[in-house]
Amino acid sequence: MSATQAASDEVLIARIARGDRLAMQVLYGRHHVRVFRFGIRLVRDEQVAEDLISEVFLDVWRQAGKFEGRSAVSTWLLAITRFKALSALRRRKDVELDDEAANAIEDAADDPEVSVQKKDTSDALRKCLSSLSQEHREIVDLVYYHEKSVEEVAEIVGIPENTVKTRLFYARKKLAELLKAAGVERGWP
Amino acid sequence: MMAVKKMLEQEPSEIEMLLPFHAAGTLSARDAKRVEEALARDSELAKQYAAIREEYAETIGLNESLGAPSARAMTKLFAAIDDEPARKPSMSSRISAGVSGFFASLSPRTLAWSASLGGLVLLLQAGVIGAVLVKNEQPGTFQTASLSMNEPITRSLVPEAPRALVKFAPEARVADITALLDLYQASIVDARGGMFRLQFGTKAMSKDEVAGLINRLKGEKIVSLAVAAQ
Repeated sequence: MSATQAASDEVLIARIARGDRLAMQVLYGRHHVRVFRFGIRLVRDEQVAEDLISEVFLDVWRQAGKFEGRSAVSTWLLAITRFKALSALRRRKDVELDDEAANAIEDAADDPEVSVQKKDTSDALRKCLSSLSQEHREIVDLVYYHEKSVEEVAEIVGIPENTVKTRLFYARKKLAELLKAAGVERGWP
Repeated sequence: MMAVKKMLEQEPSEIEMLLPFHAAGTLSARDAKRVEEALARDSELAKQYAAIREEYAETIGLNESLGAPSARAMTKLFAAIDDEPARKPSMSSRISAGVSGFFASLSPRTLAWSASLGGLVLLLQAGVIGAVLVKNEQPGTFQTASLSMNEPITRSLVPEAPRALVKFAPEARVADITALLDLYQASIVDARGGMFRLQFGTKAMSKDEVAGLINRLKGEKIVSLAVAAQ
């Protein structure tokens, strides 16, 4: 995001704080797909992820006047999304949701082993990325897909900057282990 | 003692931990330089970086494959907003409104008239490329996600045509990139964090054709990353 775009997001937030519905539509149009994708990777349920979007942007509508611009609007949105997603997971009181969901996803298509039989490292990588724990998934997504810096990830997840770096390292190590278990060797670690 | 030593040996180095952020282009200029220097002298690190670039591309591909939410979410949101009580703006929002006005006066007009104005689109593309390249050369600037130029420069051209996310090599010049766009009959849909979303041609392609296209792109000297996208 350019500085102009970030400033433009702040302009929208200021207008939303004054009750400007059109500004809300523009902000929604600009960010809802990324919010949805971040949400769905956390809750692994399309309906829940769609509900999350409404909740996240309704919070923006309500809290816009309190936004101080200390972080980018996109960072703020992802932090709200994460908070809502974790609350939704807790509401479902489904302790083993992660494993079940991972299994469901793996059942829906080939598991990593099958992918490797097909010599398709790319597919195996995607399956293994989906099999990571929620903690690891979110950090991988925030850094690689949402292109958040160390500082921004620390703010979104609410952990120290050093923990961001080590957590991503161990997420990658776990990914390598999953790939190795599936027969994919990449020369690291 | 041995156990502690072993544990210490397993601890990742600072540079190692910065590699994913380097791949995503979110490091400061100083850290990026440190990483580049380390990569140049350490082949093991370079091997790890190659694996990271693979993970990076697949994470983008995976997220892009998740699609978009239905209109239900927006309908629900605005119904909820309609039910909200009217409120008075706070002091802070009044202050930021002043800042807003300033930026609003600088905002470019919506560029929705793209399809029929090929020459203008090309010019705009050059502008977008230039803006992104210049931005990436600025050391230590605060960079956030989704640069997404949401004003549709070419987005509405041919929705069914294949798209890809492409990152160009740092040494790529605007002229090289526009030449590549010509060669592939590609248009820029949007750009964020140094990554371009390109649309190719005017017709839908089969999965194999798209795979071939992505492979050709990957083989281009000025392309450092190419992945199919929506």
